[in-house]
Amino acid sequence: MNMRESQFNPEQFSKAVLELTVRNHPGVMSHVSGLFARRAFNVEGILCMPVGDGAQSIIWLLVREDERLPQMVSQVAKLEDVLSVARHGADHRVFERLEAFFA
Amino acid sequence: MKYTGAQLVVRLLEQQGITTVAGIPGGAALPLYDALAERGTIRHVLARHEQGAGFIAQGMARATGKAAVCIASSGPGATNLVTAIADAKLDSIPLVCITGQVPLSMIGTDAFQEVDTYGISIPVTKHNYLVRNVADLLQVIPEAFRLAESGRPGPVWIDIPKDVQMASIEIDTLPQPGRPDAAPAVDMDELRRAAELINAAKSPVLYLGGGIVTAGASAQAVMLAEQAGLPTTMTLMALGTMPSDHPLSLGMLGMHGARFTNYILEESDLLIVLGARFDDRAIGKAEQFCPNAAIVHVDIDAAELGKIKRPHVGIHGDVSQVLERLLPLIQVQLRKPWLTRVSELRSRHPLLMPGLENPRSHYGLIDAVASALDPKHADDAIITTDVGQHQMWVAQAYPFTRPRQCLTSGGLGTMGFGMPAALGAAIAEPDRTVICFSGDGSFMMNIQELATMADENANVKIILMNNQSLGMVHQQQDMFYKRRLFAVDYQRRSDFVRIAQGFGIEACDLDTAEDPRAMLADALNHHGPCLIHCSIDVEAKVLPIVPPGASNIEMIGG
Repeated sequence: MNMRESQFNPEQFSKAVLELTVRNHPGVMSHVSGLFARRAFNVEGILCMPVGDGAQSIIWLLVREDERLPQMVSQVAKLEDVLSVARHGADHRVFERLEAFFA
Repeated sequence: MKYTGAQLVVRLLEQQGITTVAGIPGGAALPLYDALAERGTIRHVLARHEQGAGFIAQGMARATGKAAVCIASSGPGATNLVTAIADAKLDSIPLVCITGQVPLSMIGTDAFQEVDTYGISIPVTKHNYLVRNVADLLQVIPEAFRLAESGRPGPVWIDIPKDVQMASIEIDTLPQPGRPDAAPAVDMDELRRAAELINAAKSPVLYLGGGIVTAGASAQAVMLAEQAGLPTTMTLMALGTMPSDHPLSLGMLGMHGARFTNYILEESDLLIVLGARFDDRAIGKAEQFCPNAAIVHVDIDAAELGKIKRPHVGIHGDVSQVLERLLPLIQVQLRKPWLTRVSELRSRHPLLMPGLENPRSHYGLIDAVASALDPKHADDAIITTDVGQHQMWVAQAYPFTRPRQCLTSGGLGTMGFGMPAALGAAIAEPDRTVICFSGDGSFMMNIQELATMADENANVKIILMNNQSLGMVHQQQDMFYKRRLFAVDYQRRSDFVRIAQGFGIEACDLDTAEDPRAMLADALNHHGPCLIHCSIDVEAKVLPIVPPGASNIEMIGG
């Protein structure tokens, strides 16, 4: 992750928000973050919370919108513990609302 | 019925049809080994290094297409497996790898022989598990086999803490064994578009990858080629899917493909890519590969469609099912003008194989081995290779005639693959002769498995091409680093004949043979392990060669 860049130059690149529904168990964060790291795709922000009865979690990722993103989405979708992937525009409010905590 | 976790694992392996596993025991795997001993139903091949066990399992899986199992203990046992598992991942080979782990309560304490197997295995597996509860085994073991064999196959790693192996559970019935998922439905609109492109193309080329082997689609692929008049090239992983003597076969493409093959590809107006992934060694510089060709790409892994080259038609599906539906839509074409041009390029830029008549030279030895096999059984033989110059010479020159005949480390390019993989193939298919072409560099990376081979009395013939050097590095230092040869030639000559004999393996030396062809025929055509040594010239090159980073038509030599 490269938080500094996202704080200082938030408008320099177009962003996308990915919403992953995943099986909630120790290790699923490693699977997701490791995939982005080893394919050299930067993650600007990451957020994860269990949902419902705790069997599943939602992982929110703030990423750069570039020509490699569809490939990353395909690769993420292949992870066995990732149940679904939804792609939102940068206008999605999940990270926006958190900005107060990073001021 | 009451089981311990370890007993449950053994029962579930039996249900999957596993009759042989390869591995090495150790502290954290002892309950599992005790359960194997107690039950007595599964044969265990005791390797001498866990990487050897991993490649023995790979040999079984590659020869049969079914998931094979390797087992190791925690810590170094697990880390030693990593290379063989990564190799299986890159070549999409179904494996289930089971390791012992320190007890749950000790995880995270830097306990003796503790390593983060789960974390280490993530990037080299299709999926992995750390089993935290004995009841989870009921779901994890069948699911591991299902995943290993479904879609694009791959290795699945199951890490089982020792206390989970020892915990007991009461169950009435065992779960059903894991079976591969059904393939995704084929998009008929895309399929029709593919057929239109193929029917309208002027200079199409069929490009087959390892997916053809996995899907068992080689007969259909050959039918497509014949029906539509398609000259056909194969990746390293696909060699044998079209017989090498087929008139439409162009052999292997890419870095060490024949000149004519790469030139024909350059002139194509349509590439039909089946179960291949546009690997850099196959396509060279991606932007300059087949600049005038439209692309039809079929793959079981949706993420491969558009990963390197954007296809005009991309079809996500099992290539055998796709071909079944595609073939009726394909017009019969003689394609005279294009096939005439193909023959012209073939005769103008053939693959040169200097020294073919000399069985004590690189190409000549490969040819002599193929000719020395009893013709009745020559097609049955399995050929494994290690990695390096000898691997490319075999890929260029060996007359492969069927899928699963050529077992080689394609994606990861792991030296040390050949001999243990040959052993695994011989264990899985005991009626076949298994020939392992190796080089001295590769051979020494898993040479300890000669002892396992002697234990098993496996029908493996090792053809050792000895140039006392890391030949492919030698070649590249010579060609691309101003011949500054460094850290590449071995200073002392190892006596491989005596080493093999020391492990209890018969050995012979072509260097001193009066009649090398007779020696070869004798060694190849009687049962049991044998090492056949032959010195080759360290200056011999694999040609042509596309320099790293160049486009495929910028070949040197050949």
